[in-house]
Formats: sequence, C-alpha cells, structure tokens
Amino acid sequence: MSAARDVVDATGAPVVAGTDETAGVANWSLWIGGGLVGLVVVMALVSFAWTPYDPYFVDVTNRFGGPSPTNLLGTDQFGRDVLSRLMVGARTTLFVGIVSVGVAGVVGTPLGILMGMAPAWLHRILLRANDLLLAFPALLLAIMFAAVFGPSTATAMVAIGIGTIPVFARIARSGTVQVMSSEYVLAARSAGRRGVRLAVRHVLPNIASLLLVQASVSFAIAILAEAALSFLQFGTPSPIPSWGLMLFQAQSVLAVNPGLTVWPGVGIAVAVLGFNLLGDGLRDRFDPRLAGHQ
Amino acid sequence: MAYQLLVRTATFVVTVVLASVLVFGFMAILPGSAARVSLGVNATPEAIARVEADFGVDRPLPVQYLDWAAGLPTGDFGTSYVTRRVIGPAIVDRLLVTSWLVGASMLVALVIALPLGTLAAVRHQRPSGTVLAGVSQVGVAVPSFLAGLLLIALFAVKLRWLPSGGWTPPARDPVAFLRGLLLPSLALGLVQGSVLARYVRSTVLNIQREDFIRTARSKGLRRWQALVRHGLRNAAIPIVTVLGLQLSVLLVGAVVVERVFTVPGLGSLLLDGVANRDLLLVQGVVMVLVVMILAINWAVDVLYTVLDPRLRARA
Repeated sequence: MSAARDVVDATGAPVVAGTDETAGVANWSLWIGGGLVGLVVVMALVSFAWTPYDPYFVDVTNRFGGPSPTNLLGTDQFGRDVLSRLMVGARTTLFVGIVSVGVAGVVGTPLGILMGMAPAWLHRILLRANDLLLAFPALLLAIMFAAVFGPSTATAMVAIGIGTIPVFARIARSGTVQVMSSEYVLAARSAGRRGVRLAVRHVLPNIASLLLVQASVSFAIAILAEAALSFLQFGTPSPIPSWGLMLFQAQSVLAVNPGLTVWPGVGIAVAVLGFNLLGDGLRDRFDPRLAGHQ
Repeated sequence: MAYQLLVRTATFVVTVVLASVLVFGFMAILPGSAARVSLGVNATPEAIARVEADFGVDRPLPVQYLDWAAGLPTGDFGTSYVTRRVIGPAIVDRLLVTSWLVGASMLVALVIALPLGTLAAVRHQRPSGTVLAGVSQVGVAVPSFLAGLLLIALFAVKLRWLPSGGWTPPARDPVAFLRGLLLPSLALGLVQGSVLARYVRSTVLNIQREDFIRTARSKGLRRWQALVRHGLRNAAIPIVTVLGLQLSVLLVGAVVVERVFTVPGLGSLLLDGVANRDLLLVQGVVMVLVVMILAINWAVDVLYTVLDPRLRARA
C-alpha cells in the first residue's frame, strides 16, 4: 500500500487518489485550491495595512445595515462593519492554522521518522502508542485543554497542534518505511551513514512532498477545528474577529437577520475548500501515479 | 480466526486502559483546583482541606486513578465536585440522545452518499459526474454547525416548518421527536454524506478497473449488474473502514451540532462541564467518547476478519 494512502482529509477520511479524468490535463485542483488560499492570504495581509473601517468600532445607530456603498457587506448587530471583521478574521484563521500545523509538523515528523527507522519491536510499540493518540480527535483535545487551562486562542492552537501530531507521525512513518527499503538508502547505510544524518540527508527530502500534502490537508482540519471552537466560545475570545465567533454571534440574531451567517460561512468554506484542493493538487503533482490513470 | 479476534480484543482492552490513564493524567495537571472552584475564591484553607477530603482529591494520584478507573466498567463515574450529583446516570441519559442523533445522521449520510458516489463514479468521464464530484468537494468544506445555522434560517425561521432546536424524548411524543431530530441530523449527515460520497466514488472507480469486473462485463453483464454482483462485495472492506471513521467523526461533530440545536446530548453535557469547570464530569464524558472511538476501531478490525476470507485463512 502506498504511503500516500495515509494522508487523511478534513474529516478523517483518507484522501483518495483518482480524479482520473484529469490525467494529462491541467491540474485544476492545484490552481483552484491555490487561488482560493491566495485569496484568503491576500485578505489577511491587506487587513494589516488597511480595512474599510475599524473592525472593533461599534455604531449602534447603524445596526444590521444591509450591503451599501459605505459598508459593502453590511453591518452586524453592533453596527460593526462585516467586511472589516471578515478581513481581520482571515488573519486569525491563518494564524491558528500556521501555528497548529507547525507544532504538529515539527513534533510529529521526527517522531514518525524515528518510528520508521526504529527496530521492529520498538516500531510496533510506537505504532500502537500513535494509534492510541489518534483516538483523541483535535476538537476533543481542544475542549479538554479549554476545561483545564481556560479558553483562549493560544490554548486552541496548541491543542489542535497536539491533536494533529499523531497524524503527521503516521504519514512520516509510512513514508520512511518506504524510503528505508530503497536502494539508495541501502547504499548510504553500507557506506556507514546512520541515525540522524541518514534521516536528515536521505529520508526527510524524500518524504517532504508527502508531508507538504498532509500539511495542506491538516491546515483545512485546523481551520474547521478553530472555527468550531470559537463558535463554542472556547477559542478566540470576543471582540477579536474570528469567523467561528462571528457565526456564534450571528446565531443569536438568526431570527432577525439570517444574512449575517453568510460571509463568515463563505470565509470558512472557501479557506477549507482551498486547502483541501491544494492538498489534492499537490499530491497529483508530486506523485503522478496517484493521479489515478488506468 | 478465533485467535485473531482474541488478539484484537485484548489489544482493545489494553488500549482502553492506557486511554483512561491519559485522560485521568491530563485532567489532574492542575491539582486541588476542584475544591477551590467549587468553594469560590474566598474559601478558607480549612474549608478547602475539608472539601478535598470529601472528594478524596487529597489522596495520592495513583490511588485516585484506581478508584476512578475501578468504577468505570460499572458506569460509576464518581460525583461531580460542582453540582454534587452522581455523573454516571447523566452520561447514560445523554448518551442515548446522542446515539439517536449520530444514528440518524449516519442514515442521512448513507442515503446521500451511496447513490451519488456510485453515480459520480459511473459517469466519471461525463459532465454530470464531474459536477457531482465538485458538489461533494464543496460539501466537505462546510462545517456542520454552519450547515445547522443555514438549515435553521431556512426551515425554522423563514418557512416555520420545523423547530429551531430542543429535544422531545421519542416515548413522550414520537412526532415531535422526529421533527426535532430532523434538522440536527441533516446538518451532521449532509456534510458527512459529501465526504462519504467522495469515498464511495473512488472505491467504485477503482473496482470498475478490476479484472473480475471486465470478465463479468465480457460475459455479457451490464455495467450495473457487474458492479452489484461482483463489485459490492469487494467494495465492502474499504467502505466499512470509512464508515467506522465516519462514525467517530460524527460523534465528535455531534458535540458542536448539539450546541447549535440545544440538543441535550453528550456534547452539551461536555460543554456545560467545561463552562462550569466541572473537571470530573469532563473527564467522564471524554472517557466515554474515547472508548466509543476505540470500540468503533475495534469493530472495524473485527469486521475485516469476518468480511475478508483471505484474512480469515491466514489465521
């Protein structure tokens, strides 16, 4: 079985190769995914320099304003500009994603390589331990963290990151196992290269593409988890703009103004779709065999 | 086969024990806080000491762990430090509600995914197949709580067909029960259905290319006949795997969706526990959820051995 099979998507289901119709055709997933991710990134970057209004500025006389030339996407129940909050929310989303995927990658990758290079008995034990940790989904772990340490963006990021470590460890492990049985590693080992040097010089570069694909997909999972946590008020605290929190606040006025759910919802969906497609596209790019031809 | 089942079951039990150590250890990171939380900030040290003795949290951690873990198999999760109520019965009540929700969502997901996924695979070189694949890709990106909000906005606020939340036990009023169950299970099931549809599609695509399907077709069977007679059995294993995964995902997803629809399930209990800093309650609910996830994995493993004659023969 190919190691790439161990890449899982936003919902835990294995990412499946096989948009066969595109064999030899342009890699649409890569371009569309990259475009959507780019959109979110640009929005977040621009928000550092400029937003139409102060995202925290409350103007109760202007509550529930519909889209207008002054407030392009309207205003919320406190009269705050939705577009400004959406832009700053993109920042929160990307920040949480970068930190949690970073934590997971930096800790999980060496663990996985270690697992893959370890002697058989140790390999088995570590694999079992990893399976045990996989039974703690990131969201559940984040809720536990919030219970013990109190809710905050930092707690959410760290918890999501820790929850994603076993995912990276697993993908790094299966990649390493494949690489370790290859002839160039055999050659390097017979030339006396062992341990960390072997891992860094030969294993890591060869599993990098696999890790990049997983990072993209894990980013999407982290975005979903952060949104859910903020929605449950266990993540980013009010009044800091975050898409999940915007949805929570929209729910309380759903009967009056259901339109407020639209933009933060679109934001989350675009970001998640973008990273999922980017992951698919990268996988097809790096491993054309998996692009599913006949 | 019996030997394999035994090994898998033993592994399952050991994993559950290790998981309980992890959950307990994590919740015990902040020692003594339970009494302080339950008495408030102005409590005297003597009062805190008395309450800690009451709760038994002044004992060494291993003793506390064994005490807690020994109760688990009998459904004894201890007494909440905050509400002073027994936790076990509450968990059982709430678990029943969550089971209804997860079961109904799984049904929704299957009803959507099996036909759509198969259709998308059979038509994969035609525009309709591509559109179906695209729709499911978008569905995957919608969080279930967002789907819930949109469903409430449409069916509860605008059309006023269904309640926006709440829960009626099936025994009290079956119709109200179903009406209340419909939106939350759609919210969870629609999203999971998209994921499952993607999986069904690729499984069917892979199977279509198998030699035994080509043989069946060349023997004169139509594409559908070949898929149903020869394909289904071979698709069973990957689909059982993903169903298991989906069930775990639904359990965790229910936590959020229950909050959207104010459904008094396990998730609501967990979130209330977190809000009240009721650590023992959180510990109990998390343990139940993790054991269920592990049990699902174990069941999938067992089903493998039953479904795949090759695995059976190896034993």
